[in-house]
Parts: sequence; structure tokens; C-alpha cells
Amino acid sequence: MSKRIEVRDLNVYYSKFLAVEGVSLEIEPRSVTAFIGPSGCGKSTFLRTLNRMHEVIPGARVEGEVLIDGNNLYDADVDPVLVRRQVGMVFQRPNPFPTMSIKENVLAGVKLNNKRISKSDADALVEKSLQGANLWNEVKDRLDRPGSSLSGGQQQRLCIARAIAVSPEVILMDEPCSALDPISTLAIEDLIEELKQDYTIVIVTHNMQQASRVSDRTAFFNIAGTGKPGKLIEYDDTTTIFSNPSVKATEDYVSGRFG
Amino acid sequence: MTTTLTPPELRPAASPIANSLTAGKLPQGAPWMMLGASLLVAAGVFGVVAAGNGSEFNWVGTLVVGAILYIVAIWLFSRIVEGSRRATDRFVTALVTGAFVLAMIPLVSLAITVVTFGLARFDAEFFTSSMRNVTGEGGGALHAIVGTLLMTGTAALISIPIGLMTSIYLVEYGRGRLAQGITFLVDVMTGIPSIVAGLFAYALFAIFWGPGTRTGIAGAVALTVLMIPVVVRSSEEMLKLVPNELREAAYALGVPKWLTIVKVVLPTAIAGITTGIMLAIARVIGETAPLLIAAGFTQSMNYNLFEGRMSSLPVFVYTQYANQGNPPEAYLDRAWAAALTLILIVMALNLIARLVARFFAPKLGR
Repeated sequence: MSKRIEVRDLNVYYSKFLAVEGVSLEIEPRSVTAFIGPSGCGKSTFLRTLNRMHEVIPGARVEGEVLIDGNNLYDADVDPVLVRRQVGMVFQRPNPFPTMSIKENVLAGVKLNNKRISKSDADALVEKSLQGANLWNEVKDRLDRPGSSLSGGQQQRLCIARAIAVSPEVILMDEPCSALDPISTLAIEDLIEELKQDYTIVIVTHNMQQASRVSDRTAFFNIAGTGKPGKLIEYDDTTTIFSNPSVKATEDYVSGRFG
Repeated sequence: MTTTLTPPELRPAASPIANSLTAGKLPQGAPWMMLGASLLVAAGVFGVVAAGNGSEFNWVGTLVVGAILYIVAIWLFSRIVEGSRRATDRFVTALVTGAFVLAMIPLVSLAITVVTFGLARFDAEFFTSSMRNVTGEGGGALHAIVGTLLMTGTAALISIPIGLMTSIYLVEYGRGRLAQGITFLVDVMTGIPSIVAGLFAYALFAIFWGPGTRTGIAGAVALTVLMIPVVVRSSEEMLKLVPNELREAAYALGVPKWLTIVKVVLPTAIAGITTGIMLAIARVIGETAPLLIAAGFTQSMNYNLFEGRMSSLPVFVYTQYANQGNPPEAYLDRAWAAALTLILIVMALNLIARLVARFFAPKLGR
């Protein structure tokens, strides 16, 4: 249920501005890959090209190839909607749908696509997804309450439950813990560890400890200066990146001596 | 080994140390007492004047002078006791409150006038009969009420889908020249004088059915021209308020754009959109000039939008007032009663809008 991602020589543009240049990397199935790097270096932009979410921003376009199990996302006939059903995403700020209850939020991927689902199947899917997101025990008695009634950490886990309810192959996480307290962060990190059994996970984070805790491999992005494109500097096993990086800039960044 | 217990040191008795954070403050009821005193002083002055030259007591003068006296007094006292920052605060508060009261006066006076004059003919006959074969007393405005509801309803039926879809295009799809052009034209249309909309509808129907054609549908088209820009603008603002995060969340679940709009964006904004639509209806339901031109007026019932002239409440008020017969009071009473009916309809629409807004509002909190 998880897939291998292969990126070949990817350039991302916002209109004429080159935001990310020449990224090539391979992400193994059933692994956690962390993207680290200073703000504005193109980590999030690059992450969003992995499920064509960058296209939501007018003027954004891509050169190069992203292959998911050998299928190029940027072939002419590819439907971005079908891509996003395979590659789910969790955002920086928890964003449950305010008009929907907790249960409806989990079922959003099914319901919003006008798919019919029997009540027993729906209940089973809600329970499975919420348990997958470690949220079931906290909300099982109030599934009909609005999603926005939960705390920030619970809302973020609700968003993860919503993402895994459509059973994607890959889950992208864009700084999923940056708005959360340490306890909720811990809950989500444990969750990532569990989700790794079934999904390919890519996570953007500013928290170096988090990257070293949860990820198998780490990619370090950097930017030469404002207005210059972000580049992939080094991509290796997490232990190597944090203990014995081959590039000086990586070592400076992970040891806090940057800039 | 002996230990001597030293008695705990006695704290010096709490001496009243001046708290450096305090400042002078007028007592709680002081502003009200000052207001009363100012009014009394003003009343005294005008009373003396009235007694002196035998004229009538000047109520308006008393209130105006009293208010000015109060503003000066509260500023002065507050400056002495509380300092300049609080004095400015009290001065501006008094000015703002005064502006609010001033704005309320015409509103309240209008409501009272319409209710007192309108109640004379606010009876069962008024709501059950038309003006057919009625001269002088009696008669009613059922034909006008039906006409107003039919024409406004039709106008709403036409303009809500068009307006809503235009705003969805502008917010979700529109880029570049076309969207800018539409926005500009909508802004221009918002400012169209209503009589021009009436002439447009009249001219449009005159092309196909010859000059002099006045029908309910022509009136509805005239109202549509006035209503669409209001619906577009208000819905556009509401749709813009929907956070982009929600759209992205839906896209990330593999939901196509049109379903995202139908099932996420619209439900989130529906409360505001409904309020905007109700306000747009309230705006056109009181239009007189365009209906006078496009739909004309009649004394009889007419349920058919496509055949014959159709009365409406504002036009009914106008004709009753403009063409008074004998006795004139009967005509004036009917005009006032129709005005009261119109205000009540608008009020009911606003109440419905509020209820809908509350009912559909995104559920927040626990």
C-alpha cells in the first residue's frame, strides 16, 4: 500500500521566478523522509510538487519528472485529482472543515467525492481511521460534535485521520507539529512511527530533533540568498546527516552554526 | 544545648503607601448626573425665555443645548479630576453616542409615524380585497401585495443563480482581463439609477411586444437588473472570506474543484451569502420608479406575470397619494397602511435572514 517516489531533475517556478532548482532524489516505500532547511529554501514548495498541490497557486509550474512507482505525475494526461487521491497531505495548521462534525470530517474524502457508502462501512472507516490517528479513545463519545471543538493537537490528528481515510499510498506532512505543544507533538511523532508500517511518509520540519527522531532519511535544502533558487544540498540516511555529513553547510546547519 | 527562639520579627504596621498606579476617577454615576444637570440648566434657560416672551417651550433647543453643555462639562470635569487622556476619551465617547442618537432619531420617528398612520386601515379588508370598483373608502391592497411578492420573487429567482454563479466565477476561476472587466461592470451596475433599470426593461419588452407593453415580468426584469450587482458583490465578499486552507484541505483529499466549491466553500459561506441575498431583496422590494414604468399599475387582481399590468406596494402607495379622490383621508390611510405592510415584509425578510444565518453558521466552540 505504499509507493516509491523518484524525482528527477525537478525545477519549480512561480511564474518566472525559479523557486527550487535541480532536485533529484529517491524515496523508498514504507520509510519516513524528513526535509530540513532554513525558511524560504523551498522545502514546502518541493513537497507540494509531490502531489501537484503547488498548482493551486496561480503561475506555479514544474520542469522535470516525479515518478510514483514509475508513473510520471507530470505526464500530459495525468489528472491532478487522481494524483491527490494517492498522495495525501497534512498541513501546517490543522484545518478541519468547520461545517462538519468530527465524523463527517473523517469521511470528508469519501463524502465530498459523492461516493456512496453504507452506514456500517462508514462507521467502520471512521473507527479505523481515528484509531489509526490515535484519536479514537478521545473522541468516540462525541463524534457528532463539530471538528473545530477539539484542541489544536486533536484537530491535527483529526486531519491525519481524514488523510488516511481515503487510503493514500503516500502521506506528505508540511510542518505538522509546528503549531502544537510538546505532548501533542509526541503523539503525532508516535503516530508517524506507526503509520510508517503502511505508508510512505514525507515530512517537512524545522525541528532538527524531530527529524532525527522520526525519519529514516533526511534531505537538507538550502538557499544561497534571497531571490536565488533553493537547492537540495545533501540527502542521506538520517544518522549520517546528523553525525557525519559530507557537506560543510549541512554540518553547520544541523549543529546550529549556520549563517 | 539550648536554642533560643528568636521571636519572629514584627512587620511594621501596614502604612498607607500611595499606589503609584492609581489615578483620579469620576464617581460611577457622575456622567448621568452631569447629563441630568445639563438638561435641567438648558430647560431652565429656555423656560425663562418662554415665560419672558410668552412663546411656547422649546423642546428641541433644550435637548441640543443640554447635550452641548454636557459634552463641555464632562470634558472639563474629567480633565480636572482624571487628566487629559481620560478627558479625551469621555469627550469622544460623548460625541460618538450623540452621533448614534442623532442617527436613530429619523429612524424611530419614521417607524412611529408609519405605525400610527398605517394602523387606521391595517384591517382584514385591506388584506383581502383589491381596489377594483372602489372609489372613496374601503378597498385593499391585496393586488399590490400579490404583485410585489410575485415580481420580487421572480426577480430573486432570476438574479440569485446568476449573481451567485458570477461571484463564484470571480472568486474561484476568474483571472486577468475578463474578471477585472466583470468586477468593473458590476461596480458600475451597483450605481445605476433605478429609473434607468425600469426604462431598460420597458424598452426591452417594447422591442418584442410593441410599445406600451407593461407586464409583471417586465417589472421583475427591471428589479433583476438592480439586484444582480448587489448579490454578486455581497456573495463575492463572503466567498473571499473562506480560508484557502479549507480549499487546499479538500484538494489534498483528491476532491475535484467543483465539488470543493459546492461542498466546502459554499456551505462555509452560506450564512453570509443568505444575509447578502436578503439585503438585496430588501433593496429592490421597495423600488417604485422602475415598476411604475415597466409594470404599470392596476386596480384589479393580476396573478399572471406575463399578461397585463401588475401593481406593487410602492407603486400602490404612490398612486394612492398622487391621485387622491374623495374623501382624501381614505386614500391617504390606504397609502400609509401599504407603507406599513411593506416595512413589515422587509422586517420579516431580515428576521428570516438572521435565523438562516444563525442556523447555517459554521459550528464553532464546544
